[in-house]
Amino acid sequence: MKVISKRFCILLAVTVLVGFNQYAFAQENHTSDVGSDQTDEEEGYDPVGVVMHHIADANEFHVWKGVHLPLPCILYAPGHGWTTMLSSKLDHGHKAVDGYVLNHGRVNRIADPSFPGGEVEIGHINHHVEDGKDVYYAEYQGQEYKLDKPSTLDGGLLGGGITSFYDFSITKNVFTMLLASILLILVWLSVAKGYRENDGKAPSGIQSFFEPFFTFIRDEVTVPMIGEQKYERFQPFIMTVFFFVLFCNLLGLIPIFPGSANVTGNLAVTMTLALFTFVITNLNGNKHYWEHVLWMPGIPALVKPLLSIVEVLGLIFKPFSLMIRLFANISAGHIIILSLIGLIFLFGNNGQNLGGATAGAIVGGFFTAFMNLIELLVAFLQAYIFAILSASYIGAATEDAHHDEAHAH
Amino acid sequence: MAHMLILADFSVMKPDPGLVFWTFLIFLLVWGILGRAAFRPIQNALKKREQDIQNSLDEAKKAREDMSQLQAQNEQLLKQAQEERTKILKEAKDTKESIIKEAKEEAKGEAQKIVADAKAQINNMRMEALTNIRNEVGTMAVDIAEKMMRAKLEGDKEQEALVAKLVEEIKFN
Repeated sequence: MKVISKRFCILLAVTVLVGFNQYAFAQENHTSDVGSDQTDEEEGYDPVGVVMHHIADANEFHVWKGVHLPLPCILYAPGHGWTTMLSSKLDHGHKAVDGYVLNHGRVNRIADPSFPGGEVEIGHINHHVEDGKDVYYAEYQGQEYKLDKPSTLDGGLLGGGITSFYDFSITKNVFTMLLASILLILVWLSVAKGYRENDGKAPSGIQSFFEPFFTFIRDEVTVPMIGEQKYERFQPFIMTVFFFVLFCNLLGLIPIFPGSANVTGNLAVTMTLALFTFVITNLNGNKHYWEHVLWMPGIPALVKPLLSIVEVLGLIFKPFSLMIRLFANISAGHIIILSLIGLIFLFGNNGQNLGGATAGAIVGGFFTAFMNLIELLVAFLQAYIFAILSASYIGAATEDAHHDEAHAH
Repeated sequence: MAHMLILADFSVMKPDPGLVFWTFLIFLLVWGILGRAAFRPIQNALKKREQDIQNSLDEAKKAREDMSQLQAQNEQLLKQAQEERTKILKEAKDTKESIIKEAKEEAKGEAQKIVADAKAQINNMRMEALTNIRNEVGTMAVDIAEKMMRAKLEGDKEQEALVAKLVEEIKFN
């Protein structure tokens, strides 16, 4: 009991310290924001802006105060072609290369054809509000040039849409995903090696650590959801989904480089993962499944078309719920932690009031420690939920007809 | 401050095609590599191990059953042997008794025979003696008659005394 409480204290202390790291982050970023953004300077500390900036994707990886890991930018503008460079070339928004400018960590583009190509120094990046929208302008030789954000696939519903260019860069999220993938591959290849070397013997080392995960997913997720006969085909996919989400979640919880990226809290990522489940489910759907979706047997003919509409919508809602659930949970966790850290700046009146900042640090630090523990649980839980729901959708699509009959009677 | 809340760019809600592309590519690669090089081999290895364990358990169970069966057989054999022994002993006892009985009967028979023989012999001897006596008596009678014949010649009194004397003699004989 004593040991446990001691360990808990250490854990708390570590998480509080980690919280202070994030404090350092936020402050540094904020000051850099102030440097390039006059509007923010007038308004003081903007908690929502800081939080949104921290959970957003970025074209450079912020390591420490003033230290950034440059990431490769791969940009495409219709009519202009492909542009590749390292984000360090954009000098945190002080330079423009072929009309590309770094604005709040993201590459933006000046579509104005009168803006010069090649590498040019630019002045401040100014923030304006036009028709309720944030619009940024870059100053160059006394003139303001409008900055286009990268295209997004929300069709303008969420304030994005197709703009003058597409960003296919290795962003902070892509970098973290690659890191998670490399870790995953290294871990599981060495586990698989254990099975070759310990053939006919008891498992050892990393193999015995990860074997329970494998058997857990098999015995608690794939076998009950998909069935004894068919689970083997889908086990690799479910395992990959579970561990991909889990590793991305856990990396996201590490507040310092190389963690801190909000990968699974980004709708693009969860959408793609949900799309995999959607495609696998429907490619493997058998006759029985499609019959139930398109023309439900055993009910009056009049109700059939109605149910068909519901079922077809259900095909889309299922992966949609996967997408939203993971995105919302992980984003919410990041937002709560960043908000608690933000208390330091709010209480401290953005560095003017040391007593307030201390109070904020104590309150925010302890709440952050608590939230981090919850987020650790959520990281596992959401990976598990994504895996088990994917397995259940696949299981429903591959279920044999007689099984269902047995349930019905 | 208030309008910042509305204006804050919630960019994570807007799916970036680049991020979609990279997620797709990276996930596909991870799935392909891990599925082929890790998850399938692990699945097969686990299945093989589970089967091995099941087989070993089955074999152990079978061996145990065989053992108990063997033991039961041994016990059966032992029991049979014991029964056999008891039976043999009983038979031996019976045989012994019957032999003794037979011997006794035989001896009895023999004895009876000997007694009968003896009786017969005694009888024979008696008969012989009787015959002898008869013959003797006959001879005596003849002698007496002879003597009487002779005594007649001398007187009646002497005759009678003689006859009495002779009879007495015969009696004593």
